[in-house]
Amino acid sequence: MKRWTLWVPLALFVSFCALAAYQLTRPKTEFVASTMIGKPLPEFALRAAVADRPALSSADFRDGKPRLFNIFASWCIPCAAEAPQLEALRRRGADIVSVAIRDHPEDVAYFLARYGNPYSKIGADDLSEVQLGIGSSGVPETFVIDGKGVIRYQHIGDIRASDVPVLLEKLEEARR
Amino acid sequence: MKFWPFIAALVAIYLAAAPSTVAAQDSLPPAPYAYNQLDDPQQEAAAQALMETLRCLKCQSQSIADSDAPMAGDMRHQVRTRIAMGEDPEDIRAWLIERYGDYVSYAPTVSETTWPLFAIPLLLILVAAIVLWRRFRRRA
Repeated sequence: MKRWTLWVPLALFVSFCALAAYQLTRPKTEFVASTMIGKPLPEFALRAAVADRPALSSADFRDGKPRLFNIFASWCIPCAAEAPQLEALRRRGADIVSVAIRDHPEDVAYFLARYGNPYSKIGADDLSEVQLGIGSSGVPETFVIDGKGVIRYQHIGDIRASDVPVLLEKLEEARR
Repeated sequence: MKFWPFIAALVAIYLAAAPSTVAAQDSLPPAPYAYNQLDDPQQEAAAQALMETLRCLKCQSQSIADSDAPMAGDMRHQVRTRIAMGEDPEDIRAWLIERYGDYVSYAPTVSETTWPLFAIPLLLILVAAIVLWRRFRRRA
């Protein structure tokens, strides 16, 4: 056996340690991205979450108009934080529909009265069925859906001011 | 005694903030099959086995069978109702993987990225066997 081959196991071990150390320095990604991008929305028909907005079904997305699909809940604090950004998106021409996850109608109404209501339709997703169906893993999340009801983009977490132009651009892309 | 106004102010702030902090968890009752077992013991066993190998997306180090997160409850409801309707457990797993990727499943699969995990141990066993075989042959 040649002398240098004795060093092979040690070299392998050291490179393994180096790999592990490098991976430890990288930030942990806690987001689980949906793998439904490019796929059509699943079929669903939900009851209305509040009295003054119509209910939401998958058929509502197939009218040729791209829109934002916001997943929120009245019990979710980041959802309150993103309310001004949703309002800004609405003022700049985005149609925003939503589902409220596991929520009481009176809580949703109170939330909307307090933080504003940018939604044209709100469905009540009491069993997180739609959320699971589109691969969303938390609140808030915002999807861009094109005019044929195909999911085109997912934004995870609350919308910051810097995300507004990105979402408007994705909405524009979905128009093509 | 100078602190009393300060403490009173803190209490007042807490009381003012209390209603909004209470709302941080949803108050809807759990989904029908989040905590209730299926009537058929065989179906329930199949559901339980599947739920133990599906990842909770809210609390990512737990299976949905282990977690009390409301979303895990809704996932258990999905699993149990689908099994009650006669769906195959592996089809339900595939349905979730289609939505969340391999990450949602704890069951190991051989794929483009995971094949070395299966191949390397086999390779090492083979190398060890060859080394041992050559040593023993030399001695004999």
